Amino acid sequence: MPLKDDHTITADTFLAGIWKENPVFVMLLGMCPVLAVTNSVINALAMGIATTFVLLCSSSLISLLRNLIPKEVRIATYIVIIATFVTITDYVIQAISLELYNALGAFIQLIVVNCMILGRAEAYASKNRLLKTITNSLGMGIGFSIALLCLGSVRELLGNGSLLGYSIFGDAFQPWVVMVLPPGGFIVLGAWLLLFNWIKERSAKTTSEALVTQKEFSNAR
Amino acid sequence: MTVDVPQNPTSQKRAPERASSLSMIITLGGIAMLSGLLVVLTWQLTLAPIRENQRIMIEKAIFQVIPGATQRRSYALTDKGLEDLEPQSHANKNSSSQDKYSQTKAAKNSTLKFYAAYDVQGQLKGIAAEAAAQGYADIVRLLYGYDPQCQCIRGFSIIKMAETPGLGDKILTDENFLDNFSALDARLSYDKKTLGNPIITVKHGSKNNPWEIDAISGATITSKAVGKAINQGAEQLLPKLYPYLQQLQTNSSLNALSLNLKKEKGEE
Repeated sequence: MPLKDDHTITADTFLAGIWKENPVFVMLLGMCPVLAVTNSVINALAMGIATTFVLLCSSSLISLLRNLIPKEVRIATYIVIIATFVTITDYVIQAISLELYNALGAFIQLIVVNCMILGRAEAYASKNRLLKTITNSLGMGIGFSIALLCLGSVRELLGNGSLLGYSIFGDAFQPWVVMVLPPGGFIVLGAWLLLFNWIKERSAKTTSEALVTQKEFSNAR
Repeated sequence: MTVDVPQNPTSQKRAPERASSLSMIITLGGIAMLSGLLVVLTWQLTLAPIRENQRIMIEKAIFQVIPGATQRRSYALTDKGLEDLEPQSHANKNSSSQDKYSQTKAAKNSTLKFYAAYDVQGQLKGIAAEAAAQGYADIVRLLYGYDPQCQCIRGFSIIKMAETPGLGDKILTDENFLDNFSALDARLSYDKKTLGNPIITVKHGSKNNPWEIDAISGATITSKAVGKAINQGAEQLLPKLYPYLQQLQTNSSLNALSLNLKKEKGEE
């Protein structure tokens, strides 16, 4: 990474995680919680917040310690740091609500092996300054949460006819039970990926078309 | 580091490696200590709210399965007899959070734990006890409420389950299913040794007897787990509990003072 990048924090540092490098829709990282706990909006939201918290804390600490950690043991160090914050999150969620804790099940503990967090530690936090890392991790965490919410809202709406527990379609609606089951996770994820990539491709096409016409135009001249 | 190198030329190549292994140990050790400190700190800080949450959850479950109850006491039924698990009313908070842990142990040692719930006047309203059975995804752990007056199960509440949302968890919301528990027959047999009729879950729409549970179509396995858990729990507890029921009624009046104290605290 060039030196001049080290200091500047642009809007892109934050927005990368939300759109261009969205951990779920673009990088396809952390698929396990994405598929498993998005059967309702509240679960998705809690998982997103928990993951963002762990990502933010572990990235910040790793960024602070980045010059002290020897290369040979960096992965082990990252895992220990991430595991610490996951354990803290685990206790805090238990203290907030046992119902939520039961709903999320083993997936809180499994944040530890979420490759998005380790990936951010390795690819970003270990190379960038604290403030920049915090900005980027926050963006990534929010991007991850948005992706979880996208899946969670569609699955709850179709699978249960409700949003955040409030009935939307009324009693006449026959829920698509498959949506809250594991296959629903794959179907909805696939649909979102399709939409995301379609938008991306279209915008890329328009840009390249614009470039081509510009070129032709200048050639013709 | 650089000072040592000229004196020992053979280790010149290894020097950075050795230095880094020391720093590796220091780094890992330091990080581990820092982590330990953070985890212990969080554990200390969250211990009280977590225990409070568990107490509230159990209490809520008890008062839900025994309508009209406002107080509860924990008891254990051992081979020797009845044991009051709450020696002092002010120890309430601590002992109740340990209940959960001793619960699993108790099951192994032929000690049966249950909660006696009383109304405002200190009259026995019902007995609540935990039970468990294998469901669709994992073991379904529940608390059922037994009413000694009508000798029936008045309700149940899930403590922990991992049933499929939208399917298995209908056992909490399906009204027809919950109607089974308005007065589920749990009378003892003539010799008071077993249940008169085993509580069973039958296929949706084929309930004929008051001791049968009408399953939810689409959540049959979970419905069956509920029936099985209650049947096993009641079969174990109720015959053994029978001789003590009278004692439980009087027990509460003997401890009326402490109960009144608790009541006052609760009303504040």
